[in-house]
Amino acid sequence: MAEAANIPDEIEVRAKWGDFKFTPANEKLAKWQIAKYPEGRQKSAVMALLDLAQRQVGADTKTQGWLPVSVIEYVAAYLDMPYMRAYEVATFYTMYNLAPVGRFHVQVCGTTPCMLRGSDDVMAACKNKGMAKGKTTPDGLFTLTEVECMGNCSNAPMVQINDDNYEDLDYDIMTRILEDLAEGKKIKVGSQIGRKTSEPKGGPVILKDMVKANHDYRKEW
Amino acid sequence: MGFDFLQDKDRIFTNVYGFQSWDLKAAQKRGDWDKTADIIKRGNDKIINEMKESGLRGRGGAGFPTGLKWSFMPKESPDGRPSFLVINADESEPGSCKDREILRNDPHKLIEGALIAGFAMRARAAYIYIRGEYIMEAKVMEAAVKEAYDAGLIGKNASKSGYDFDVFVHRGAGAYICGEETAMIESLEGKKGQPRLKPPFPAGAGLYGCPTTVNNVESIAVVPTILRRGAAWFASFGREGNHGTKLFQVSGHVDKPAVFEEAMSIPFKDMIEKHCGGITGGWDNLLAVIPGGSSVPLVPAEQIMDAPMDFDGLKDLGSGLGTAAVIVMDKSTDIVRAISRLAYFYKHESCGQCTPCREGTGWMWRVMEKMRDGDADIGDIDTLYEVTKQVEGHTICALGDAAAWPIQGLIRHFRPEMERRINENKGAEVLEAAE
Repeated sequence: MAEAANIPDEIEVRAKWGDFKFTPANEKLAKWQIAKYPEGRQKSAVMALLDLAQRQVGADTKTQGWLPVSVIEYVAAYLDMPYMRAYEVATFYTMYNLAPVGRFHVQVCGTTPCMLRGSDDVMAACKNKGMAKGKTTPDGLFTLTEVECMGNCSNAPMVQINDDNYEDLDYDIMTRILEDLAEGKKIKVGSQIGRKTSEPKGGPVILKDMVKANHDYRKEW
Repeated sequence: MGFDFLQDKDRIFTNVYGFQSWDLKAAQKRGDWDKTADIIKRGNDKIINEMKESGLRGRGGAGFPTGLKWSFMPKESPDGRPSFLVINADESEPGSCKDREILRNDPHKLIEGALIAGFAMRARAAYIYIRGEYIMEAKVMEAAVKEAYDAGLIGKNASKSGYDFDVFVHRGAGAYICGEETAMIESLEGKKGQPRLKPPFPAGAGLYGCPTTVNNVESIAVVPTILRRGAAWFASFGREGNHGTKLFQVSGHVDKPAVFEEAMSIPFKDMIEKHCGGITGGWDNLLAVIPGGSSVPLVPAEQIMDAPMDFDGLKDLGSGLGTAAVIVMDKSTDIVRAISRLAYFYKHESCGQCTPCREGTGWMWRVMEKMRDGDADIGDIDTLYEVTKQVEGHTICALGDAAAWPIQGLIRHFRPEMERRINENKGAEVLEAAE
């Protein structure tokens, strides 16, 4: 099981986040999420609403966001469910941050397919920029987490930073990405070695007709 | 005679690499949503029979016949309970990255498949459960669902078929275990994703206590094409009992890792040569392959070379096709570390509900870490094997089995390497003591 997070001091957190409320835009999104489920099953939306709340905290703090206890309480009340049931969900799933994170949450995949193709080097690039696993850099810029398989295995190794994936990495590319992020530069997401998605490096060996045009193969059936 | 490679005209996922747009217009040009109502008008039983005849086996790993699974759903609801289709897009098995390409590049195949499958099993709605980390993929899927609603393809009188059917996207938030069907149902209900005891099976009481079928993304997304081209077409690929085309995902030590659709039963060597440019350092440099995602035991080089990549061919080698996530390891691999890292994965992902898994995954990982440096006794290998056997089969879901099998595979095929490390470490200790 995943390690428990260090939950920050309750009094300070409550002072800051005790009045948390969805913004009108997020309120609309929350209602849309709840409407996906049958009447009386609004609890099904708890995952979506915790995510929404985390993102709102993120927008306020200019980070990926996190879930203070009072925010979880708000979501639980919003869905008419006991706080403990929402807290259970928040602690079970790894994408809910139970403590503040830095501006960029650097999530390096370390599972075997990435390991085989050099995730040690990606991790080393992070460490050489002063990051440590589970910690935020003193300037508040980076939080480093080693995550489990992210499902980009044919583009390994990879890192997810906030909402974006960067794939086909090595030590130098990762170093450059971290430097560009620190400087506020815009970086191309996805493959860093010119692949479109998961076709072989250098171009597809199948479906070549699809590269330039939206080919309809039905005529050849 | 060489293997008959799949031709482009017989590929289902023609936009698998996303060179063209995923949107409705582009998808329709490629043949999606073409007279869907005519397919639906064939009737529930005809569709299910055709799916059975096609030989499609579930693409999420277990390989259960898809058509048969649908036929377990009730034909009518005596108490007014609706039925649901849940689409498993919680792709988290290490090595697997195929559903991602469907979600972001061919989402309309999945939505159309959801409608047809949902109709066939008499469901009123489908929930597509996408793993939380697939953030961009979920955005595309949401947008595609909206397009389909706006065009009248789903919703009331879906595709003018007379059938009402809804499709909803539900995002996960980081938990491998939610790929297990009953954990997924728990998660959809807004709880932590811990698997349920079976029975009752989901087809009897699943989501909200209603009859539910959980199918993998690929299993559903191939449905419209199978029904358009006919069961015989799909069944013409692959060996008996292993029919169809399949998305393979190759990672690790090949020159060019990639995702691609091929005919089932393709020999391993042909597949790697054609699609991945060979093994790094050549075929003599191949050490072992995990052919079906992290949960299946590894297969040593000499056994996998000519093996057909299908359910039965890999079962014969003591492994499995799983999701067809092929993890290739060359001779530079620290094989004990590679498996130990998987042991860590299962420790991390254990939901903590069953004691053998909660305690066993951590124990197995700690012992595996000792095995990396040989900091153990020869007898510990037997104890480790014994513990994997205690975990296997003694948990509610298959995560316990999945944690046990990779280690069993390692011991079965690489015991001499584990012993070598232990002996070397012992030798070093003796030397130190002598000094």
